[in-house]
Amino acid sequence: MKSLAELAAIREQMQDQVALRIGGKADEKSKVRAHVLVCAGTGCTSSGSHKVVEALKEQLQAKNLQEEIKIVTTGCFGLCALGPVMIVYPEGTFYSRVTAEDIPEIVEEHFVNGKPVERLEYKDPLADNKTLPLPETSFYKKQHRVALRNCGVINPEIIEEYIAMGGYQALGKVLTEMTPADVIQTIKDSGLRGRGGGGFPTGTKWQFAANSVSDKKYVVCNADEGDPGAFMDRSVLEGDPHAVLEAMAIAGYAIGADEGYIYVRAEYPIAVQRLNIAVGQAREKGLLGKDIFGTGFNFDIQVRLGSGAFVCGEETALLTSIEGHRGEPRPRPPFPAVKGLFGQPTIINNVETYANVAQIIINGADWFASMGTEKSKGTKVFALGGKITNTGLVEVPMGTTLREVLYEIGGGIPGGKKFKAAQTGGPSGGCIPASLIDTPIDYDSLISIGSMMGSGGLIVMDEDNCMVDIAKFFLEFTVDESCGKCTPCRLGTRRMLEILTRITEGKGEDGDIEKLEELAMNIKATALCGLGQTAPNPVLSTLRYFRDEYEAHIYEKRCPAGHCKKLAKIMIDPEKCKGCSLCSKVCPVNAISGQVKSPFVIDQEKCIKCGTCVEKCRFGAIVKK
Amino acid sequence: MNMVTLTIDGIQVTVPSNYTILEAAREAHITIPTLCYLKDINQIGACRICLVEVAGARGLMASCVTQVGEGMEVKTNTEKLRKARKLNLELLLSDHNRECTSCVRSENCEFQKLCREYGVEDYPYDGAKAPAELDDFSPSIVRDNSKCIKCRRCVAVCTNVQKIGAIGAIGRGFKSKIACAFDKSLADSPCVNCGQCITACPVGALREKSSIDEVWMAINDPDKYVVVQPAPAVRASIGEEFGMAMGTPTTGKLAAALKRLGFDKVFDTDFGADMTIMEEGTELIARLNDKDAVLPMITSCSPGWVKYCETFFPDFIPNLSSCKSPHEMLGAAVKSYFAEKNNIDPAKIFVVSVMPCTAKKFEAKRPELSNNGLADVDCVLTVRELARMIKQAGINYAELPDEDFDDLLGESTGAGVIFGATGGVMEAALRTVYEKVTGKTLEKVDFEAVRGTEGIKEAEIDLDGKKIRVAVAHGTGNAKKLLESVRSGEKSYEFIEVMGCPGGCVTGGGQPIVSSSDLMVKDVKALRAKALYTEDANKPLRKSHENVQLQKLYAEYLGEPGGHKAHELLHTHYEQRPMFK
Amino acid sequence: MALTNEQLEQYTAELKAFIADHKDIDGPLMPIMQKAQELFGYLSLDTQKIIADALDIPVSEVYGVATFYAQFSLQPKGENIISVCTGTACYVKGAQAVLDEVVNILGVDPGQTSADGKFTIQDTRCLGCCGLAPVMTVNHDVYGRLTAGDVKGILEKY
Repeated sequence: MKSLAELAAIREQMQDQVALRIGGKADEKSKVRAHVLVCAGTGCTSSGSHKVVEALKEQLQAKNLQEEIKIVTTGCFGLCALGPVMIVYPEGTFYSRVTAEDIPEIVEEHFVNGKPVERLEYKDPLADNKTLPLPETSFYKKQHRVALRNCGVINPEIIEEYIAMGGYQALGKVLTEMTPADVIQTIKDSGLRGRGGGGFPTGTKWQFAANSVSDKKYVVCNADEGDPGAFMDRSVLEGDPHAVLEAMAIAGYAIGADEGYIYVRAEYPIAVQRLNIAVGQAREKGLLGKDIFGTGFNFDIQVRLGSGAFVCGEETALLTSIEGHRGEPRPRPPFPAVKGLFGQPTIINNVETYANVAQIIINGADWFASMGTEKSKGTKVFALGGKITNTGLVEVPMGTTLREVLYEIGGGIPGGKKFKAAQTGGPSGGCIPASLIDTPIDYDSLISIGSMMGSGGLIVMDEDNCMVDIAKFFLEFTVDESCGKCTPCRLGTRRMLEILTRITEGKGEDGDIEKLEELAMNIKATALCGLGQTAPNPVLSTLRYFRDEYEAHIYEKRCPAGHCKKLAKIMIDPEKCKGCSLCSKVCPVNAISGQVKSPFVIDQEKCIKCGTCVEKCRFGAIVKK
Repeated sequence: MNMVTLTIDGIQVTVPSNYTILEAAREAHITIPTLCYLKDINQIGACRICLVEVAGARGLMASCVTQVGEGMEVKTNTEKLRKARKLNLELLLSDHNRECTSCVRSENCEFQKLCREYGVEDYPYDGAKAPAELDDFSPSIVRDNSKCIKCRRCVAVCTNVQKIGAIGAIGRGFKSKIACAFDKSLADSPCVNCGQCITACPVGALREKSSIDEVWMAINDPDKYVVVQPAPAVRASIGEEFGMAMGTPTTGKLAAALKRLGFDKVFDTDFGADMTIMEEGTELIARLNDKDAVLPMITSCSPGWVKYCETFFPDFIPNLSSCKSPHEMLGAAVKSYFAEKNNIDPAKIFVVSVMPCTAKKFEAKRPELSNNGLADVDCVLTVRELARMIKQAGINYAELPDEDFDDLLGESTGAGVIFGATGGVMEAALRTVYEKVTGKTLEKVDFEAVRGTEGIKEAEIDLDGKKIRVAVAHGTGNAKKLLESVRSGEKSYEFIEVMGCPGGCVTGGGQPIVSSSDLMVKDVKALRAKALYTEDANKPLRKSHENVQLQKLYAEYLGEPGGHKAHELLHTHYEQRPMFK
Repeated sequence: MALTNEQLEQYTAELKAFIADHKDIDGPLMPIMQKAQELFGYLSLDTQKIIADALDIPVSEVYGVATFYAQFSLQPKGENIISVCTGTACYVKGAQAVLDEVVNILGVDPGQTSADGKFTIQDTRCLGCCGLAPVMTVNHDVYGRLTAGDVKGILEKY
């Protein structure tokens, strides 16, 4: 693409194609009267959305509606638990848990007869179970979508749709109207901080790399999203890959780089595929490659795959991995901005950080800085998971309280259970107890209460979750994923895990808590990389807020949440047991026996405490203590 | 070089700007403890022992990898640091085989030393130990992973310096370990047995396969006639094992100690070195005069190098000199010439070589290095093993009087002595080849161009009008570079010397182990080599062909150098070896 | 699954062609190893030797990389690959019990292949379907909202 005019032409041409979805009117000449958006993100694909699309195509064809009703496969809408989801525009009818079998009915009723199928419409539990258009649901209403702006709106495999939404305008503006210094200043002024972990100011990072003198520099995108329970970056890549490519090109211009690498988890096949399509299309359109917009600026991007090592999310390990080695972190300084990929000055930002860049360029630093708190600007995407009604992706302004996210957007804790804690920051983060539910979510508040923003996983735990066990879960993860290079992480985390294991098995000893603290502080102070240094956080934060649970395990040999198997006992209440025998049938180890219609009993020797019987009992007669 | 000024523990120092904090601290007479650091070889900041506090920096910094900066304020000795270092030592100890009393490296172990200095008196963080195997299938090197602290010094030297990579970091996290590909034994790997990993190891995770018991048994066996021969480089280093300064030559004491240990005859591999020059020089001249001969000819004294060539550069096998290495030649002469002269049944002779080398243990077991079914050399001891035997025998080495090697195969020239340093074989050969080719007396015997510790050295030698181009490489990494340049046609030589170890035999894998802190301040290669060059300079005879006993051996027994008998006894052949068995 | 000689030859040729195309890019090792893993399903010593040779690096380095990343496998895998997600979202919803049940039924630990060669249990972090937690996949089939009791029935389908 040799000029901005070409871009504008595509945008003009495409307006009609997306208008219906974004509140506009369709061109009068156009036959299309509705857009059906079907999520093709990983969550919905897992729930079978591709079959829904197939059925939809077939049925529309059968009714000869294929020219009137346009099917758009998009990225993630956010409400993964309700997948497969489908939205019909212009009215915004929101269907959830749609199966292929439902499609004939939808096509017949909705598209032929013009009556939405009510039984499939999403009913907002926070609004008296009313059926509402998508943007008016409580899940969406409080959100503010910047990074996820195009996710669930455009077809990510069609570059023209991205351009129609204003895509590549920012790159054009930067190349034709701004100096590299202007770009960096704008990013600095916006207050954008890294969305992947530590929250380092993005503009400052770019400035460092711009200041490094070298013929060759690199722009790297960290898409090795490894925190268990976090999938924000994946959703952006699946739903709006061009936003990342555009931002990387802008960054390349700002620091003087002509080459970019995206390092993406191989566990994200859909994201990888869409990225490759996007890079191909951008090259074809001349938005990557030589002499972009006829300005003489060259920039191209390579996609590299991870191979399953969490530590590669650490920036120096990621670079080492691209270079073709074991993904072991290297000491900093020198920082990547001085000596990074292949020894050259390099900036590394994560996907979500890049997803904000084009918007900042287009709307200005002030616009971005007007959102959020004093030190944490803009919005943040969270992956809500665990014991929460609306599992999925949400994007809210920084400073939104945990309570708002959990209850006003997340729909609260299912099953009438009590909220116990929320975990943020993955294996580097900590647990926020119920008492701090009104904490505003921003970088500094989270640090001050012993957690961290991390990449945005937000896992909710209820009264059934044992906090010692949660700490152990994260330590298991860290031990498993430790690269093994430095002493404190290789051995220290392992020793911590051993102590936690014995505590949860009822073998905890006096002094164990102190040992945990000593080891934790040492690992924090002496580990080689950021991941090692933050590995003890899940233990430290649970010790800070749930010390009594540790003490109950150690001194009373009791798990207050009734979770720890070795300390637990599953019992059948003979008063409540109706003798239906279901429990004995579902028991995988045949530990339950009895006569039908009289109370059953559990052989504690055989019982593996899997809890299947507890879940299956229809009379609430089986409890874990 | 830009200089920067910084403050370390309140002391101002001005150092070059590319210095690390660790190096700068040395200038301020401060020793920061290290474990994974090995100067110029391994600087990865992994062990987290050399931590320091730097004003304004987030967290503690590893001083071995952190560059100095102008105005930097560093603290190396605070309560916080002492505690952190101690805890990391305790963690390492929690995964360490602590049978120190039976460990060959006890009292010479960098980890043990630090534990003692930091007052580690307990095992507060004991837990499960990472799975660890003992690999003792190699004839040269034993790997005991239960003692490994995963500092990776061995990997760095094997992969980055020697460019072999027989071992590497395998797996991840707690279960990561140092091992060969596919968990094979070193014996089945591309390992060339150079033993550089052993001298790099701060603990007892790598050691030579000991032959001490075998040698004592032979000495104690009344039916065995036990002959010993120490390599040239042994005399330059063994004194260190007895507290003598590095670079002190102790040739006379060495001969005296060997006699006191009860060997029946004490010969000198230097004699074998002179023999090698006679044969190799002759071979070189023959190749130079034959337009169909394969050139460059490459020396074959170093068994690490020879196995490297057979494994990694089999296309250069025809270039290898067919000469056996000096101690093998001497062994062959002992079991033939010496046996005949003294009417001893060669089958009863047991030849022990004391070598600066672990690869010689492998070499001695090569079936082709034998005569009439008898191995030329029966057993190889490293310098470290010999020192242990001398200690076991209660011999006060440092106080011994100087004695001579036994006659018949005990004389040597300066040329034989310098075999122990890189460039030495080349120089010794040139001294003889010059005179043989030109028929003139070589006045200036010192070939400075091939001396020194430069990785690859080149020279053009004028043999009275006929010019030959020579090159010297030490360390298989440098050999690789050199051979690749020859293979590509970029370089062309007539004669090449390769020694498998960096620095040559003086810093061989069987030599006394120098701690990483000593390595920071001492140029071991140069100091030990100097001992040899000094001895060479002081010798009355400095050219191999002037060795009187050697002339007698040829006159009475072998005939012409390169002749039929010499070929039978003193030459060998090579074979391509697979990387993995 | 064991490969036939024909397959071995064909895949080796494909790998060599891929190497020829990629050996001169910056950082070629990982893409080449990923290709080899994709072709053969695992990385044998011979495969690793081919790669090491082409890139002029020690086999131990290739092996070190192969054992560092979870996605590389040194042994052929079973006919069906089972992944039980043990990401946080699944874990707090009881994924451990599901995994324990799989291990219990097949009698092998994660990372191993059942004696009959039918199933390999793969270590898995977050499959990204947190909305369906707890989740397991068999090959490309996704099973969500599981309890331990569901496992037996699922495995019987294969």
